[in-house]
Amino acid sequence: MVQEVNYLKETPSQTAGPYVHIGLAPGAAGFEIYKKELGWDIAGPNAAGERIRVEGIVIDGTGSPIKDVMLEAWQANSKGIYAHPEHSGDVEEGFRGWGRVITDFDTGEWGFDTIKPGPVMGRSGKLMAPHINLWIVARGINVGLNTRVYFEDEAEANATDPVINLVEWERRRQTLVATRTLRDGLPVYRFDIKLQGEDETVFFDI
Amino acid sequence: MNAPGEFYQRDRERHPLALTPDYKTSVTRSPQYSLLSLQQSASEITGPTFGHGDIDPIDNDMIHNYAQPGESAIGERIILHGRVLDENGRPVPNTLVEAWQANAGGRYRHKKDTYLAPIDPNFGGCGRTLTDENGYYYFRTVKPGAYPWRNWVNNWRPAHIHMSIFGTSFSQRLITQCYFEGDPLIPKCPIVNTIRDKAAIGQLVAPLDLNATIPLDTMAYKFDIVLRGRRSTLFENRLEGN
Repeated sequence: MVQEVNYLKETPSQTAGPYVHIGLAPGAAGFEIYKKELGWDIAGPNAAGERIRVEGIVIDGTGSPIKDVMLEAWQANSKGIYAHPEHSGDVEEGFRGWGRVITDFDTGEWGFDTIKPGPVMGRSGKLMAPHINLWIVARGINVGLNTRVYFEDEAEANATDPVINLVEWERRRQTLVATRTLRDGLPVYRFDIKLQGEDETVFFDI
Repeated sequence: MNAPGEFYQRDRERHPLALTPDYKTSVTRSPQYSLLSLQQSASEITGPTFGHGDIDPIDNDMIHNYAQPGESAIGERIILHGRVLDENGRPVPNTLVEAWQANAGGRYRHKKDTYLAPIDPNFGGCGRTLTDENGYYYFRTVKPGAYPWRNWVNNWRPAHIHMSIFGTSFSQRLITQCYFEGDPLIPKCPIVNTIRDKAAIGQLVAPLDLNATIPLDTMAYKFDIVLRGRRSTLFENRLEGN
């Protein structure tokens, strides 16, 4: 007999279900309850940097848009600093770096307004290309899915990004790169997420 | 800056797999390719922080937070309480815990829920709170009812409360469901059974906690939540124990 390794075990995940909005976006569920719903002010008005919009749909294995998804975003500010006590450096007042959005019940479109993040120092002193971390939950998703949004106009930085370069299949790397257009002068990055099948988005075990 | 310590790898044998065909919706919503394992960087080790300015004190009282003045939600009045710990057994203080649930009859206040059980006019069904310095949290609510759902023809979800927990890093982010001791629907549920390990299922079942009841007022259930623990950084740049 040997001693047991007696760490506690992580609480297992369960699906967020179809009514995730009740808890995390009650206005979308159809009622007002909180003075302040959280997650709608990812960058705040004081944040420096380029104002952008990131948007897309989430597509299932049949090619259909999913209309009951919740996504959370976590990103650094334009200087590459996260609003967190363990990341050295300051962020602008009101910059949270965290956002929460849901897909439209009719169209499946989601989107959030933020600023373009700066590059963040990665492991072993390798700079990571600008990216936004995404976490995706929905009915039918048992454990939240992690992915990253990179930007197509950062091709040079993307080419040396240590995470993109971990994706062995070059063809799959493009699933992490949002395409850029202008709408009324505002940069809009399109990032469609494909859960399953051809051109399936790369998801990470972080 | 020194490299901050990483969080322990998630044991994905103990979590549900993505593809669990008895839970039918998972069939088209599960990735087919493997997840790509990442060693953690600042992007994963950091995460959002919340303060008391973000929420109201009444937000954790679902009996009253949507009720008319002088009214309260109908149902079995319960306290759901516990601690948020990490795998090292340390409390996770000041972290946001959010909860949502159906009312006592199994009806959700959601425009997409058309179940014939009625809405309770004094019950919204969501709450949120921050853990205290010891990782402790509590909600007051009513025990939710079971409800039917379109999976197999005669599937009923056990009574459950959805729970969302942040922790201190984006890699600790977790959504789960809390079930109640003794519910005979638990072993029948395809969503519960997405978890293959019986002990892991047991970790989602809150026991009755008579020590925490308020006599002649409210029953209590205890639900501790464990988030990923954090590695010591002995083998990196700094000597720091767990």
